[in-house]
Amino acid sequence: MIKSLDPRIDRAKLTHDAIEPLKEMDQFQTFEVFHQTKRGQQHVHVGVVHAPNADMAILYAKEQYARRGETANIWVVSSEHVSATDYFDQDIFETTPEKFHRDPASYKVMDRIKAYKERVKA
Amino acid sequence: MDFFNDKHVEAAKDLIYKMADDQLIIGHRNSEWTGLGPILEEDIAFSSMAQDKLGQSEHLYNLLHELGEADADTVAFTRNENQFHCCHLLELPIGEYDFSLIRHFLFDMAEAVRFEMLVESSYENLALLAKKFKGEIKYHTMHANTWLQQLATGNEESKARMQNALNEAWPLALGIFEPGDSEDVLKEASIFEGEAVLEAKWLEEVTALLNKAGLTIPAGVTAEYGGRKGKHTAHLQPLLDEMTEVYSIDPTADW
Repeated sequence: MIKSLDPRIDRAKLTHDAIEPLKEMDQFQTFEVFHQTKRGQQHVHVGVVHAPNADMAILYAKEQYARRGETANIWVVSSEHVSATDYFDQDIFETTPEKFHRDPASYKVMDRIKAYKERVKA
Repeated sequence: MDFFNDKHVEAAKDLIYKMADDQLIIGHRNSEWTGLGPILEEDIAFSSMAQDKLGQSEHLYNLLHELGEADADTVAFTRNENQFHCCHLLELPIGEYDFSLIRHFLFDMAEAVRFEMLVESSYENLALLAKKFKGEIKYHTMHANTWLQQLATGNEESKARMQNALNEAWPLALGIFEPGDSEDVLKEASIFEGEAVLEAKWLEEVTALLNKAGLTIPAGVTAEYGGRKGKHTAHLQPLLDEMTEVYSIDPTADW
């Protein structure tokens, strides 16, 4: 199994013998970058940067992911701090579709919204 | 136009020429790291800042054009070496990354203070540019200072390298503030408070950050002057030859 400084590589569970694991200090750890376009909007994951620590990661995140277009704020989070599901367990997301009791389609709210709008207009 | 007379226009030109030349030359120098940076992210960040510098120089050359000088390309690419007013610090080759980082720190800190002062300039178009560059320069100094603190407190080798680079760059950095011929006129017209005031403010700021990094400012150093008067090191001419190589093939080409 390939053991990497990058947890994403570890999660991929690579077993290729030809790939030599990197020596310590051969590369920096990774940070996940989250970008916020406008204040109040949610931060969206946009990618990763290599950096020795969070301060440097912010410097790099700005140039890699906020060089063009509008930016209000950036978060960086050490990739080590991300907990993830295992792809082996991907079937947990496959739920059976026949659950009408979960389906919001039968709520009659639109009638009430329409009635309200007409009342306001009048 | 907010000038009183021709004397003020000439003084403003002196000031803007040296600022524009500084930006053009350091922009070109730092772009030499493109493709060679220590890691991909740093390569992109440093190259991007070099592009910012070129962009700033173009804005400043355009300002000179408004004051009656030739257009930006002509001024940037057709002058002789002795018509450039950049300081020696920026002409020197990129050296190793420690030198390039220390130069980046010392020069960009001076730029930040200079533009902060120019926000108050009576020359309105220059004050507007100073405001416009504020964000870019803030990032440049943030980048420089983060690296400085990082390497100066890293291990013995990184600390020794930063100290050696500082020793080498310090007399050259003091050359940024070589007084021009128009200091009094600039002050009298409230265009710019002058190099001496700038140097004092810069010294206060860099001293605090260098102390924090545990580096020692070399004592008893003489400032290296000459650049502002068109006297340059042997490194500028080869840089200009390379920079103007493509332009010289066909100066009338449309890009």
